Amino acid sequence: MKLHLKIWRQKDSQSKGEFKAYTLEDVDQELSFLEMLDTLNLKLVKKGDYPVEFDHDCREGICGQCGMMINGIAHGPIKNLTTCQLHMRSFKDGDTIYIEPFRAAAFPIVRDLKVNRSSLDHIITSGGYVSVDTGQAPEANSIPIAHEVAEAAFDAAACIGCGACVASCKNASAALFTSAKITQLELLPQGQTETSKRVVAIVNQMEEEGFGHCTNTEACQVECPEDISVLNIPRMNYEYNKAKILNK
Amino acid sequence: MWYLKNALTRKNLMALTGLFLSFFLIIHLVGNLQLLLPEAEAQLQYNWYSRLLADNIFIKIIAMVLYLCILLHTIDAIYLTIKSKKAQGAGYAKDKRGRASKWYARNMMFLGSIVFLFLVIHFKDFWYQFKFGEMPLDANGNKDLYTLVVEAFDQLWYVILYVIAIIALGYHLLHGVFSAHRTLGLYHPLYSKIVKYLGIIYTVIMTIGYIIIPIFIYLNR
Ligand code: HEM
Ligand code: SF4
Ligand code: FES
Repeated sequence: MKLHLKIWRQKDSQSKGEFKAYTLEDVDQELSFLEMLDTLNLKLVKKGDYPVEFDHDCREGICGQCGMMINGIAHGPIKNLTTCQLHMRSFKDGDTIYIEPFRAAAFPIVRDLKVNRSSLDHIITSGGYVSVDTGQAPEANSIPIAHEVAEAAFDAAACIGCGACVASCKNASAALFTSAKITQLELLPQGQTETSKRVVAIVNQMEEEGFGHCTNTEACQVECPEDISVLNIPRMNYEYNKAKILNK
Repeated sequence: MWYLKNALTRKNLMALTGLFLSFFLIIHLVGNLQLLLPEAEAQLQYNWYSRLLADNIFIKIIAMVLYLCILLHTIDAIYLTIKSKKAQGAGYAKDKRGRASKWYARNMMFLGSIVFLFLVIHFKDFWYQFKFGEMPLDANGNKDLYTLVVEAFDQLWYVILYVIAIIALGYHLLHGVFSAHRTLGLYHPLYSKIVKYLGIIYTVIMTIGYIIIPIFIYLNR
C-alpha cells in the first residue's frame, strides 16, 4: 500500500523543528510500524539524507523505548499497545500518517522523534527502590506473600516506563507512572516499611521534573500499553496526604 | 513553603473547597425551591427565610467560608491551569488524545470560567441588591427579595443565561465531584465506583433542580 508520512524533523533540542513529508510506495501490510520506518530510513540513507531518529530496543513490547505520537495518539490507534507491536494492517492504502515525538516540558527532544525521558528515571532514583543490605539472595519463602497481593503488585510493576501516559495527558502529568511504582513497592512487605518516606520523595521529584498535576481525566490508562490502573493515582494521593498529615 | 508550590496539596485544597461548594449547592437549592410555592404564600415565606439567613450568626460564618472557598478554588484553578500549560510543552500538530477521556473532564477551567462569570452576575443582581441595595419591603416588613427574583426571571434572555450557566455547572460537577474523591485519595475499587455513581445522581438532581426554578417562574407569570 501507499502511505503519505508527515514526520517531525528536528536537529537537536535547540533548533526549530518542522514536519517533512515523505511518500512510501508498496508498504507491506505485515510490517510493524517500526519496520515501516526502517524502510523509510533505508531509502533516506541511500539518498544520502539523515535518517529519522526514533527510540526502540526490544521490539517486542517490553522495554518501553518506542514511544511516539501516531496520528495524534500515543503509540498509535490501537489502545493498550506499544508502537513496535502496531502493524501496518491497522492503516489503509493512501493514508496520511502524522508522526510526532512525545511532547512534555519534562521530555526535551533529542532529535526527530527521540525524546529524553530521564525525568522518569529521576523519579525512580528518588525513591523507587527498597533499601536493603546486599549479599546473598534471601530464601524466597521466608516472607509469605498472598497470591492476590503478589499479583496486584505485579500488575503495577508491569509499567515499562514508556511515557505514553505523560504524552496522553492534557496536563503532561506523570501521575500514572509514579503511582504505579509506589503501589508496586508498597504492596510487598519489603517495600512497605519505607512507604511514607518514598512517597514524599518521589512526589516531590515528580514536581521538580516539571510534570503537570493529575485532573483524573483517565486518558492515561486508555493509552497505556500495560493498562496500568488509574486507581494507583488516588492511592498515591492517599499515601502522600497520610505521610504529610502524620508528618512522617 | 512546600504546600504553596506542591500540586498535590493545591489539588487537595481545590477538592475540599469544591466539595464544600457542592454541599452548599444542596442547601441553596432547597431554600430556593420555596420560590415555586403559590405566589401569595411564596412572597412572604421567601422574604422571611432570606431575612432569617441574613440575621443568623452561624449562617454569616458559613457565608464567609463560602466566599473564601470560591476565592481559593478560583485562585488554585488558575495556578494549576498555568502549571499544566507549562508542563505540556509545544503541543501536537495532530491531536486526537480526546478519544481517551470526556470533553468536560478536559475543559474544567472553561466550564469553571463560565460558572465564575455567572457568579459575578448572580451576586451583583441578587446578593448585592439584598445586602446593600435599596429594596422595597413586603407586608411583613421584610425586604422583598422575592419580587426582585421573580421579575428578573420574567425576561427570557435572563432565563436563558441561567440555563446555560447551570448546564456548565452541571458538567463541572459531573467531573468535579468524582475527581475530588480521587484527589483526596479514595482508591478502593468498589467505593470509588459507588462515589462515582452517587456523584452522577447528585449532579443530575442539582442541574434539574436549579434549571426548573427560572423556567417555572418564567412560564407561570
Ligand atoms: C459553584 C461553584 C463551583 C463548584 C461547586 C465547583 C466544584 C468543583 C469540584 C468538586 C472540583 C473537583 C476538585 C478536584 O478535582 O480535586 C472542581 C475542580 C475544578 N474547578 Fe470548580 N467548582 C466551582 C467553581 C469553579 C470556578 C469558578 C472555577 C474557575 C474559575 C473552577 C475551576 C475548576 C478547575 C480548573 C478544577 C480542576 C479540574 C480538575 O482537576 O479536573 N471551579 N470544582
Ligand atoms: S504507566 Fe503505562 S503509559 Fe505510563 S510509563 Fe508506564 S507503561 Fe507507559
Ligand atoms: S521497542 Fe521495546 S517496547 Fe517497543
